[in-house]
Amino acid sequence: MTKKKTIRTIPQDRAPMAVQEPERRVGNFEEVALGFTPEDALVECERCLLCPEPACVAGCPVGIDIPGFIIKLSEKDYRGAYDILSEANLLPAICGRVCPQEDQCEGVCPVGDTLEPVAIGRLERWVGDRAIKEGWSSRPHIEPRKIKVGIVGSGPAGMACAADLAKAGCEVIVYEAFHEPGGVLRYGIPEFRLPNDVVDAEIANLKELGVQIECNTLVGRLFTIEQMRDEMGFDAVFVGSGAGAPKFMGIPGETLNGVLSANELLTRCNLMMAGKFPEFDTPLHLGRRVAIIGSGNTAMDAMRVSLRMGAEKVYCVYRRTEAESPARKEELHHAQEEGIDFHWLTAPVEILDDGNGNVRAMRCVRMELGDPDDSGRRRPVPIVGSEYEFETDMVVYAIGTSANPILGQTSKLKLNARGYIETDDTLATSMAGVYAGGDIVTGAATVILAMGAGRRAAQSIKEYLAIPDSEAVYSPLRNGPDGTLFGIDLAERNFARLRVA
Amino acid sequence: MPGFPIVAREDFSDTTFLLEINHPAMARAAKPGQFVIVMTRAKGERIPLTIADFDRDKGTVTLVVQAVGKTTREMQGLCQAGTGLYGIVGPMGEPSRIGDARKVVCVGGGLGVAPIYPQARGFKESGAYVIGVVGFRNRDLVFWEDKFRACCDELIICTDDGSAGIKGLVTKGIEMAVEKHADIDEVVAIGPPIMMRACAETTRPLGIKTMVSLNPIMVDGTGMCGGCRVKIGDRMKFACVDGPDFDGHEVDFDDLMNRLRRFKEDEKLAIERWSENCRQKALAETADGGG
Repeated sequence: MTKKKTIRTIPQDRAPMAVQEPERRVGNFEEVALGFTPEDALVECERCLLCPEPACVAGCPVGIDIPGFIIKLSEKDYRGAYDILSEANLLPAICGRVCPQEDQCEGVCPVGDTLEPVAIGRLERWVGDRAIKEGWSSRPHIEPRKIKVGIVGSGPAGMACAADLAKAGCEVIVYEAFHEPGGVLRYGIPEFRLPNDVVDAEIANLKELGVQIECNTLVGRLFTIEQMRDEMGFDAVFVGSGAGAPKFMGIPGETLNGVLSANELLTRCNLMMAGKFPEFDTPLHLGRRVAIIGSGNTAMDAMRVSLRMGAEKVYCVYRRTEAESPARKEELHHAQEEGIDFHWLTAPVEILDDGNGNVRAMRCVRMELGDPDDSGRRRPVPIVGSEYEFETDMVVYAIGTSANPILGQTSKLKLNARGYIETDDTLATSMAGVYAGGDIVTGAATVILAMGAGRRAAQSIKEYLAIPDSEAVYSPLRNGPDGTLFGIDLAERNFARLRVA
Repeated sequence: MPGFPIVAREDFSDTTFLLEINHPAMARAAKPGQFVIVMTRAKGERIPLTIADFDRDKGTVTLVVQAVGKTTREMQGLCQAGTGLYGIVGPMGEPSRIGDARKVVCVGGGLGVAPIYPQARGFKESGAYVIGVVGFRNRDLVFWEDKFRACCDELIICTDDGSAGIKGLVTKGIEMAVEKHADIDEVVAIGPPIMMRACAETTRPLGIKTMVSLNPIMVDGTGMCGGCRVKIGDRMKFACVDGPDFDGHEVDFDDLMNRLRRFKEDEKLAIERWSENCRQKALAETADGGG
C-alpha cells in the first residue's frame, strides 16, 4: 500500500485538457474539449484522496463508485474502471461530457476546498471514450424472465431505465417518436459538445443488452399508455417523454419569420442536419445577426450552433446578470471565448417587422435587479423609459419549456397543476404499473437527473413486479440498519415470502 | 425495401397522387382530422400530410400528395407501389370533433379534397346530413367522386372552368348549400389557406360555426419545436398538438400565410438544385443508352 495521500502530497494543479482554439472551433462542429491523454488521466487520478466516506458518490445522482473507478484507472486497469463505472452509469462517455459536475460530484470533492476539485467528469469521459474505442460493453449475465416492460421515450431517462430492466432479464421495448433514437442527446445537444458517434455507441450498448428500440412511434397517439398495459401485454410502463413545449414570451411580433425556439433551431441543426442543406433537405435560414433570449445551457448551445452555422454576430439577451445565469460555468466560458456578445439586464418587449413579415429588430428594455423572488435570485425590474431598438434579424427563444400535452390529452395519467405527470417518491404515477421520470415529471432539468430518475423507476418497477434484485441485497448503501431485517432488504423479504407461499 | 411499405399508388393528375401505406397500428388508431409526418429518405425533411383515408381491415392508411415542393416532387418519382417510406409517424394532432351536428357542409379544395373525405364519412357515420363541396381546377383533376357520393347526402363539385359540376369556387358551393338549407350547424373546410379564409368569410356573417384544418411548417409534430405556432384570436397555439383543427373565424390567416413563406428562398434553391440533378441524371442516362 502506498503512503496515504494528503492535500499537500497530491499534484496541486488539474491535469490540463486540450481544447480546440476558439478562432478555429467556431468554424466547425467538432468537439471543443478534446479529452485527456492517458498520461494526463493518470496524473489527475493522483489528485484523488480516496476519501473513506466519499462525498462525491453521494453527490452523484446515480451513485457511481467514483473512488473505485479512479483506483482501477490509476492501476491502469482501464477495463476494470469501465466495469465499475458502467455498473451505475450506462453512459459514461455522455455523462462525462454533459453532467454539471461542479454542482454534483466535483462540487463536494474535499480537494476543491483548497485546490481545484478532482476532474471527475473528465476522467469519466476518458474511460467512456476508451470503452467505445475498444468496443467494450458491459453485458452481464442476464437471466431472461417472462416480463415485458415498455418505455416511452429514448432519451436519457428511458435509456437508463431500459438498461437496468434489461439487465434484470426483462424484455424491454423503447418507443421513440423521432426517426432516430436518443431524445435530447440527439436533437438537443450539439455535435461539438456531444458527438453523435458517442450517442450511437451508447445506444449500441443498450441494444447489446437486448433492448429493442422502435422509432417513428408516437405513444399516446399510435396507441395509448392504457393500451400498452391492458392490450399489448406490458407488465409495466415507464414514461420518460421529456419536457417538450417551448415557451414564448407573449410579446408582439413572435410569429414573424425569423423568430423560433431554441428547440427548433437545435433540432433542425442537430437531428436534421440543416448545416448540410441542401444535401440534407431541412433548411434553417439563419439570420446574419442572431439574438438568443435566455442564458441557460440550451441558450448557450443555440448561440454556439448559430455561430458555427455562419452567423456574423450572435447576441445573448438576458434579463438578469451573469451571476444569475443558469448555464454551466464551462459552457458560459466557452461561449464568451467564442465571441458571443452578452447583453445582461436586457429584455425584449416587442419584435419588429421589416415590412415583409420578417424580423427587423427588437425593442428592448434595460433591467435592474430588485428584491429576491421565489427562486432566491434578485428579481429583474424594467427601468422606466429605457427602451431602445436592438438590431437583429433572428430571435431565438431559450427561456424554458412547459409540459408536453400529448400524454395528458390521451391518457388518464394524473398531472400536476403545471401539466407534468404526478408521481410519488417511487416514481409511480396514478396508474398502477405505470412509472414516470425525467423532465416530464420535474420540468426541464439535466441529462444525469433524468438518468437518475430512470434508474430509480427501474428499481421501483423491479419491486412492483417482484423481480429479485441482487443490487438491493448486496449493496451496502441500501442495507443500513433502517428498512432491513438481518441484512435482507425489505423488498427482497417480501419476494421470499411470495416464493414460500 | 426500407421502412414502411407502399402497397398501392394511384395518380389523379400530373401533380396529385395517392399512396396507400401498410401500417396496421396506424390504421387502427387514425381518426378523421389527424395527420402524419413523412420522411422519404434519411437525408430528407419531415413533412406533415393529412391522413386522407384509413382502412382498419386492410391495415392501411392513405395519403394524397400534391407535388409542389422539392420533397413532394421527389416523392412523386420515388414512391411507387412496392417501395417504402423511410419514416412515417402519427397519427398526430387532436382528432376532429365529430360532434352532434345534424347538418354539416364538408368543403375540400385542392390538396384539401382528400383529407375532407374522412371527416365527411365520420359525420355520415355519426348520423349527420352531409353536404359535400369539393373544388378542382377542371374536370380532368376530379377524383374520388364515387367515394364522396357514397358518404354525402348531397355533393356539389366546383370547377374553375365549369367543366364539371358548377363553375366557380367552393365558396359558391357553400352559398348554394346555405341557400337551400337554413339549418346548417357546421361547415368544415380544408384546403389552401386562402381558400379556408374565403370559406370562413362566407360563413362569418351567417354565424355558422366553421372549422378549418391548418397546415403550417413543422419539424417534429409532437409539440416540441413550436414551429407550427398559429394565432387563434389573441392566443398563440401549436397546430400540431392543439390542432390542426381550429375555429376558422378566429384564425389569423395573414399570419399563417406569412409563416408558410418562411423558407421560400431555401425551397427555391432546393428545387433548382434538385431539377438540375435530375436533368444531369437524365443526360447521363441518355448518353449511356447511346453508348
